[in-house]
Formats: sequence, C-alpha cells, structure tokens
Amino acid sequence: MNRIEEKFKELKSKNKKALITFITAGDPDLGTTVELVEEMERRGADIVELGVPYSDPVAEGPVIQKANCRALKNNIRIKDIMDTVRKIRERVSVPLVYLLYFNCILQYGPERFFSDCRESGVDGVIIPDLPYEEQAEIDGVAEGFDISIITLVAPTSKERADKISKKARGFLYCVSSLGVTGVRSEFKTDFEEFFKYINNASEIPKAIGFGISTPEQVQALKGYCDGLIVGSAIVKKVEESSSPSDAVKNVGDFVEVLRNAIDA
Amino acid sequence: MELNRKGRFGEFGGQYVPETLMNALIELEEKYERYSKDPDFKKELDFYFKEYAGRPSLLYFAEKMTKDLGGAKIYLKREDLNHTGSHKINNVLGQVLLAKKMGKKRVIAETGAGQHGVATATAAALFDLECEVFMGKEDMERQALNVFRMRLLGAEVRPVLSGTATLKDACSEAMREWALSVDSTFYVFGSVMGPHPYPTIVRDFQRIIGDEVKEQIMEKEDRYPDILLACVGGGSNAMGLFYPFIQNENVQLIGVEAAGEGADTPRNAATLTKGSVGVLHGMKSYFLQDSDGQINPVYSISAGLDYPGIGPEHAYLYKTGRASYVPVTDEEAVRAFKYLTRVEGIIPAIESSHAVAHAIKIAPHIGRDKIIVINLSGRGDKDVYSIARYLGENIEAEG
Repeated sequence: MNRIEEKFKELKSKNKKALITFITAGDPDLGTTVELVEEMERRGADIVELGVPYSDPVAEGPVIQKANCRALKNNIRIKDIMDTVRKIRERVSVPLVYLLYFNCILQYGPERFFSDCRESGVDGVIIPDLPYEEQAEIDGVAEGFDISIITLVAPTSKERADKISKKARGFLYCVSSLGVTGVRSEFKTDFEEFFKYINNASEIPKAIGFGISTPEQVQALKGYCDGLIVGSAIVKKVEESSSPSDAVKNVGDFVEVLRNAIDA
Repeated sequence: MELNRKGRFGEFGGQYVPETLMNALIELEEKYERYSKDPDFKKELDFYFKEYAGRPSLLYFAEKMTKDLGGAKIYLKREDLNHTGSHKINNVLGQVLLAKKMGKKRVIAETGAGQHGVATATAAALFDLECEVFMGKEDMERQALNVFRMRLLGAEVRPVLSGTATLKDACSEAMREWALSVDSTFYVFGSVMGPHPYPTIVRDFQRIIGDEVKEQIMEKEDRYPDILLACVGGGSNAMGLFYPFIQNENVQLIGVEAAGEGADTPRNAATLTKGSVGVLHGMKSYFLQDSDGQINPVYSISAGLDYPGIGPEHAYLYKTGRASYVPVTDEEAVRAFKYLTRVEGIIPAIESSHAVAHAIKIAPHIGRDKIIVINLSGRGDKDVYSIARYLGENIEAEG
C-alpha cells in the first residue's frame, strides 16, 4: 500500500476528509517550494500536489499559467524538481503527487521518470492531458514502480465514469465543473447527478477539485466526497505575497482556514 | 493512410486531451461518421463548394515561370482564387455545416495568419452562428487587416497574450474555451492537427484540392505530375493536395517548412527538420521542444507557418519516407513572393511563397519532361504590409 492509500484509510478511520493542496514547483523558487510543502503539512494538508511548470498547460486557468511562467523564468528542469522532492521528503511524511503534462514524462523518459518518482518519494501522478484511452502507454511502467496514476472524471464524463473509476489508483480526481482550473464564484454542476455516476462505480476515494477557493465552498462540497483539492486559490496567495517568507506565512494561514472548514 | 488503431497514423495522432473534452470528441466522431456518408450532406457541401467558394479552383500552367527557370513544367493550383482567399474555406464550410447539423449555436477557432479565422467568420455569418476567433496578440499586429475583416464579418476576435502570443497559444486558448463551453460550442480546427478525429476530418474536407488536381492534370497532360509541392505549418493544404496521390508512388510529395532565419538558428519553425516526437494539442507528432518537453518558441515571417508542430499524418508520411520535408527561409520566401508577383502577375500568400521558393530551387535541375504542381494555398494581399516592413519600405496606410 502506498502513502496515498494509507492516508485515506487513516482519515476514514478518524471520520475525516482529506485536504489536498496544490502549489506550482519553483514558484517563486525551489527553496521556497520546500518551505511551502513543510508549512502546508504543519497547518493541516493531508496530500500535497506539486505542479511541474509547463510551457503549454492547456488545462490551466490564468492563475496557474502565470505561476508556470514565474517558475520557468528560473529555467527549472524536471531533474531539479526531483532533487527538491528529495529534500522535501526528508522533512515531511504527507503523500506527494505531481501534476504534469504528458509530454514532460515522454521526453524525460517514462522509465526514468517513474523510477525517479519512486526513489525521490513521489507517490502519485496526475496527467491532465492523458485520458483513459491513452493511459495504457504508461500504465505498466507506473505500476512497476508503484506510482499511482490519479485519473480525472468530469461532469461531461457521464457513463465513462464507470470505466475510469474502476481503473483509478490512489484517488479519483472529480473535476467540479467545465473549463480549466481557477477560482469559481459558484458551481453550476448538479453534484447529486454527477456523483450518481461515480459512486456506483467503485470504492476508490473521491476528491473534488477545480475552482474551490473558500471555506464556504469547502463546507458545501465536502459531503459529496472523501477529499477536496484547492489549487489556484493557494497559488494566488503565493503570487500576492511580497516575499518568499511572506508567501509561506500566507499560504500556511490559508491552509489552516481550509482545514478548520473541512473538519467543522 | 488508413488508421490502424483508433485515431492513429502509425504511432502518431491519438486523443491527448482533458477528460472534459472526451465525450465531445466521441460525439464528433460519431456524427462525422454519419454525415460524411450521408448523400444529402455531401450534396449540400458540394453546392457550397461550387456556388459559394468558387470551386473547382484553376490549375494554371505557369508558362513564363517555367521558361524562366528552364526546367520542369510548373503548374499552380489556384487555391488563392477561392472565396476568402485561401484553401481554408474548404475545411471550414465542411466543419461549420457539420456544426449546424449537430445543432451547435456557436463556433470557435484558432488562427495564425488570420486566413482560417476569416474563413470561419465567413461561414459563421453564412450559417447564422456565433463566432469567436482566438488569435495571438503578436499575430493580430502582423495581420491587422484580417482582424478587421473578421470583425466586419461579425466575429469576436479574442487576443491571446499567454506564452509566445502566436498560433500555438491561440490553439491552447481555444481548447481552454472549448472545455468551458463544450455543450454549446463547436471547435473548428484549422488544420490537420489536434486530437482525433480532427486530423481526419480536416484532411477529408481538404482532399478536394488533390482530387481536382488529378482530374485537371489528366485533362491537360494526360498523366500525373512528378512532384507535388506545398507549404506546411499544421499541414492542411499539403495534406489536401497529397492525400489522393499517396497510393501513386511515382508522384513525389514534398512539404516545405518555414525555416525563419535559418534551420540552424534558434529562430525557425522547421518542425520535421529540427523536431522530435512529442505530444501537444491533443496529438502525438513531431514538435520543436527541449529534453524536458517544454515547447520551444518558434519564428517565421509567416504567421500561418509559425507553429512548433505538424499534423500527425504528415509525421507518418515523413517517418515512412512517403513524403519528404524541406526547409525554406524567410529570405527565400520573400524572394519567391516577389518573383511570382513579377513573373506571373500573381501575388502569393507568404505561406505559399515557401512552396514557390522550393520550386525555384529545384525546377531548373529537373528535366523539361517533368511536371511540378505547386499548391498556391492563398493570396498575398494580407501580407503586403509585412513584406514592405521586411524590405524596409514604408507604406503610409500601415496601422
């Protein structure tokens, strides 16, 4: 059992929901990334997603696009991010998940990529541009190194939710609404309907992401699922902070607010 | 080439898109499958090709150019004479008609030089659909005339500031918009690229170019040409010309890529000359990228060829050796632009000028008994300002 499965099991036994937080690796620099992950764990994050900055993030809204640009300005390589994860792993025990685009894995080399994930302490990978139909290309390699490929299911998935859920590892990433990542003031999705397709499918833990930014939204949505993912709203805190140490403090405070909301 | 597994040309193609879009692609595939076999749909499209776009386009024997170069006989396939001024209208009429049949109320598109945007805005006006076109901020400046044309046609032009603010980023932004509005909106892809089934759909709507050439050249020469030349960005005009000839192995297929300031400089867009296999915009193909998969910024004087990738069927033709691909620089393209204008009185699009440039290079060294067909994919009116700028000449009306 890897860290993600253990985490959900542990939370379930305590009757708690998972708080999954996202930052872009290298934003504003890799040193701060280490501090941010450590602080998020201390303030209540259960799982941390690290976005690997990419030149063409087609599933990302403006906030994370800008974070990618800030990170790429430092000429960050995937190898540097792997080194950073090694440092993070010495300090934290939360499961770590990469969010990255398929081309990064392809060029780095799937074998080398999943081997480095395993060795540095990454537990799962979210690949937003790799749907069910194309996943076979790397399934075997990922499984060989016990790295969970966390699959996404969307409100438009309908009957596809069944096969996607059955194949899911770690947790199922339930996309809250149409569009790309980024803060939403309201959700138009009919969650009862959406989860009817998903809940019948499998026992895998489900987490909702895309657009969740306030403690009120956390409280409104937590009943549907086993975890909630907050990304752009945290990245926005980093963007608005005046210095790296300020960013660590602001992100920490925000994560604590979200923690309290999810436990309330 | 036949698809040997779903949506693949050999290893190339596929559907590398966010899950949100998957059911839309599956629906598109089903609907396309149905309508492409529907005689009424074919009849309707054929009507618009003939009565609205002005097809068939002429196959013109460029006699002066042939004499001047002193080698192979050169024919020009005059896609520049189509309504809206390029081959783009062929694909757009097909896709917008399909959108209409599917009950969509709104179409979106990406555009580089603006030709696909203008064609989409035109068809949207004709079929009463809302239209939004995504265009890189830099391209909007290079092609201000086309921006204004799109607005006159009733389309909204959305400037794209992200990334390099060119065609690649316009494409990413259109995909993001599609993910948001997938229920009501049809994405009109402009080239033989993107996720399956787009490369197939666009090729099928563009193959009329090659089908007509086959008939026209048989009439004029009683045989097939020896060489087909076409410029490639995403590769739709080239695929349209090449596709009907793929089985005719004596016909040489040559795609001409934009080498910008030179294929050996960092400022080029010569994907097959300099690229490697990767995944972007829903497809596996060749891309200009680094060892981490970050897409390189590309450059060409031509906004329509300024793209870091190429359609998957071209990747397959390249890999299997059925077609070859050669680089042509800005300088060579501008020289060819001026050449064709002066020699034949035809102002070619700067994109098509790349194909003309390669003909100028090879024709003198090929026997007079040989025949070259160049796809003149578009007309050059839109390019006169940027050509003037390139030549250091000041045209007053520039804005």
